[in-house]
Amino acid sequence: MNASDPVWKTICRLEDIPVLGARRVSRPVGMDVAVFRNEADQVFALLDRCPHKGGPLSQGIVFGSSVACPLHNWTIGLADGCAQGADSGCTPRFAVRIENGMVCLNAQELEQLALDAQAPLAGPAHQSC
Amino acid sequence: MRTLKDIPMNKPKLVMIGNGMAGVRTLEELFKLAPDMYDVTVFGAEPHPNYNRILLSPVLAGEQTLQDIVLNDWSWYEEHQITLHAGWTVTAVDRQRRIVHARNAQGDTCQTPYDRLLMATGSNPFILPIAGNTLEGVLAYRDIADTQAMIDAALTYQHAVVIGGGLLGLEAANGLMLRGMQVTVVHVLPNLMERQLDAIAGKMLQKSLEDRGLKFLMGAQTQALVGHQNEGQSGRVKAVQFKDGREIPADLVVMAVGIRPNTSLAQDMHLHCDRGIVVDDTMQTVTDARIYSVGECAAHRGVAYGLVAPLFEQAKVAANHLAQFGIGRYTGSLTSTKLKVTGIDLFSAGNFLGSASGRAEDANCEEIVMSDPSAGVYKKLVVQNDRLVGACLYGDTVDGSWYFKLLRDGRSVADIRDQLMFGESNIGDAGHEGHNKAAAMADSDEVCGCNGVTKGFICKAIKDKGLFTLDEVRKHTKASASCGSCTGLVEQILMFTAGGDYSATPKTKAMCGCTEHGHQAVRDAIVLHQLLTIPDVFKFMAWGTPNGCASCRPAINYYLISSWPKVAKDDPQSRFINERSHANIQKDGTYSVIPRMWGGETTADELRRIANAVDKYKIPTVKVTGGQRIDLLGVKKEDLQAVWKDIGMPSGHAYAKALRTVKTCVGSEWCRMGTQDSTQMGKDLERAMWRMYAPHKVKFAVSGCPRNCAESGIKDVGIIGVDSGWEMHIAGNGGIKTEVAHFFTKLKTAQEVLEYTGAFMQLYREEGWYLERTVHYVKRVGLDHVKRRILDDAEGRQALWERLQFSLDGEPDPWFEMNKAAVDTRQFDKLTIS
Repeated sequence: MNASDPVWKTICRLEDIPVLGARRVSRPVGMDVAVFRNEADQVFALLDRCPHKGGPLSQGIVFGSSVACPLHNWTIGLADGCAQGADSGCTPRFAVRIENGMVCLNAQELEQLALDAQAPLAGPAHQSC
Repeated sequence: MRTLKDIPMNKPKLVMIGNGMAGVRTLEELFKLAPDMYDVTVFGAEPHPNYNRILLSPVLAGEQTLQDIVLNDWSWYEEHQITLHAGWTVTAVDRQRRIVHARNAQGDTCQTPYDRLLMATGSNPFILPIAGNTLEGVLAYRDIADTQAMIDAALTYQHAVVIGGGLLGLEAANGLMLRGMQVTVVHVLPNLMERQLDAIAGKMLQKSLEDRGLKFLMGAQTQALVGHQNEGQSGRVKAVQFKDGREIPADLVVMAVGIRPNTSLAQDMHLHCDRGIVVDDTMQTVTDARIYSVGECAAHRGVAYGLVAPLFEQAKVAANHLAQFGIGRYTGSLTSTKLKVTGIDLFSAGNFLGSASGRAEDANCEEIVMSDPSAGVYKKLVVQNDRLVGACLYGDTVDGSWYFKLLRDGRSVADIRDQLMFGESNIGDAGHEGHNKAAAMADSDEVCGCNGVTKGFICKAIKDKGLFTLDEVRKHTKASASCGSCTGLVEQILMFTAGGDYSATPKTKAMCGCTEHGHQAVRDAIVLHQLLTIPDVFKFMAWGTPNGCASCRPAINYYLISSWPKVAKDDPQSRFINERSHANIQKDGTYSVIPRMWGGETTADELRRIANAVDKYKIPTVKVTGGQRIDLLGVKKEDLQAVWKDIGMPSGHAYAKALRTVKTCVGSEWCRMGTQDSTQMGKDLERAMWRMYAPHKVKFAVSGCPRNCAESGIKDVGIIGVDSGWEMHIAGNGGIKTEVAHFFTKLKTAQEVLEYTGAFMQLYREEGWYLERTVHYVKRVGLDHVKRRILDDAEGRQALWERLQFSLDGEPDPWFEMNKAAVDTRQFDKLTIS
């Protein structure tokens, strides 16, 4: 295996993600990654942050190959991370691989992708900055 | 213009004849559903891309330019790989060999084969069959060329005569006057716009236009147009002659006496035509199923529509069938009209003539009229069998959209008849600075208080993006997309900006974009056909999408579990996150926890446990809610289960479309004024009905005396103790729309309060549409209906109450019985990278 080959990290079994649902994956650094499963057992991974106001997409309703953000109902395409319809903006996507029923994410992307994305703040934390 | 491209041979060919608004909208809808399905060719007789014909009047009036009104520029056609033949006229269609023959101005010809043909040939202006109708300077008012000719004429000539005092004629006359011409409108009938206005409103309109400088010749029959040369036979027009011998000077004559569906090609093709190309509910021609027709040329159930909104509905249905989805059905539209003359407010819809129409079926119409001639205001509402069937408004059209909604819904107006004339707008709507008249607002005024959208922003979006419907405006601007209380204002702005043709609507509102069915049809099917799962519903009702969307799935899930309690299984993935995690999501993705405090009473022990949990889980904010409970804000999702357990109090369902709080005052136990034990009554109500899912959230209140400290007047059910028992008020609301509850009945015992409240709740659970609060539900079905079912029918009432108790019996508390409540506890834990 040469150095440029991606290293895949096992995250969970396919069944650990509910059909038409999602799970959150925490990273040592950076915001969580949301992994989604649709009805056709396809798995998608996006930064858990809506391009609109940073809502956690993992908490949204999944339909077709889209998720509706739980905060303001923007519809985000799971394949490209981009807002659909009249809205615009994209959230970073992560490569997914399924091997023997296990869901794997790219180690390099987990370590390096979208580390500077800011989580939205609320309450006293919001006021102090 | 032809573009060369590589076409895979196996793609079916779609050819569209007519490059206007209805046809192009069909293509747009088709591309949304099936972008690559067809190889598309478009023939358009005009040498222009698709433009907004409705806005020709503002162009003529100098308020917009031709460039402003283009809807799809040349690049749109290229982007979608459409072969566009602009400036080509279709000369024949060979239906046997499926080939379209066309010719351009240079005499070149071409032949294009088709698999599907879309006829969108629109309509032609009607030209009076009188002498001189082909003279130079005699025009119709239909397209860009006509408009340009009128603009050019206004530069050199002085006298214009517009024949026809309808919508189009008046808009033409107004535009020509603004361009400096002296304009006379000739109308054969005694009143202007007789198809939209009654005699009084027509006269008011005429006076207002006369004040602006237009001249009118009413009841005048045009006999001939006279030219400059050859004894009046040729050259440019110079005068208009009438049957009574009068003659008036005219350098420009515009005929606006109506339009006729353009069916000449269809007739040559031997398609059945009767007032238009006859189509069925799928927009296919009755003669040839390969051929579709939409727009002004199509006759659906005997009607050829000339307004844009019905055409767009037709476009949707045609596209759905062209994409082989096969679920759309066009069942006709109701239309309303507004004149696009800046500064004149006029609205009409439905049967505005009432009994004056002279038709036998209108004989029992009643009219409610308000007339204030010197203020320039006239309103007429036509009521038949307790339903609003028509409206004609002049001078004050604020409530036009509300009346139109009442008309469309066909609901009984018996209970609001005395307020009907004063409109909806005098009832408090929060969030838009108290404005209720869009025309009077400045561009910088806020329309939508939820999303901070100003009037100017909405107007700009409507113009720039060519928006026509409320849904489109919502999508693009977010105005009225959140709480919806400014919907009426946004509709008014749409009317003013996009023109009055916008507001026709299908007779039933579809639940969402996934289906054509409305809420009632879906619920009826679930009950009647014993559908038990969401996939069953999708299959039975031929849903257009494989697993619905974020708006239909929660609704269907609710209809299933409320229609088939204990049988249908709840689907957590079809619930909004708050109901899936049993806590309220906050803007930073944390949650809030509100435990239940029966009737708003708590104990030192409970407060101690809450305080300990706040410390232990570092909960940043603790707040007392408006519903007499305590809100813990900023709880991490991972901590939710532990917080519930540590606090050890039942779920408050503050996150759910369910019974929330029962607010109480202290009542007769302590209060020196109290007449009843309101706290105990509140606790009993809450214990009887908590865990009750409903179409929307539900709030109760119980006050111990008429001072009403628990604010029972603005709750879904408000109980007020009086010396002799309890008063029950229903369908109040303290939110978006402050609405005082209706007095419902007076009851003697606490047991009766439970039974009547429970019965009303069950009725609402069975009949309310998802996300419809009791205030809107009761408005829709009428208070009389609720009274009949609960007050007049003792057996029915008890049955309702029993059904509610059956539904609630053994229902789990989701904070403690997670298995039974089908809570997927995996959601609380994060996955980690191994």
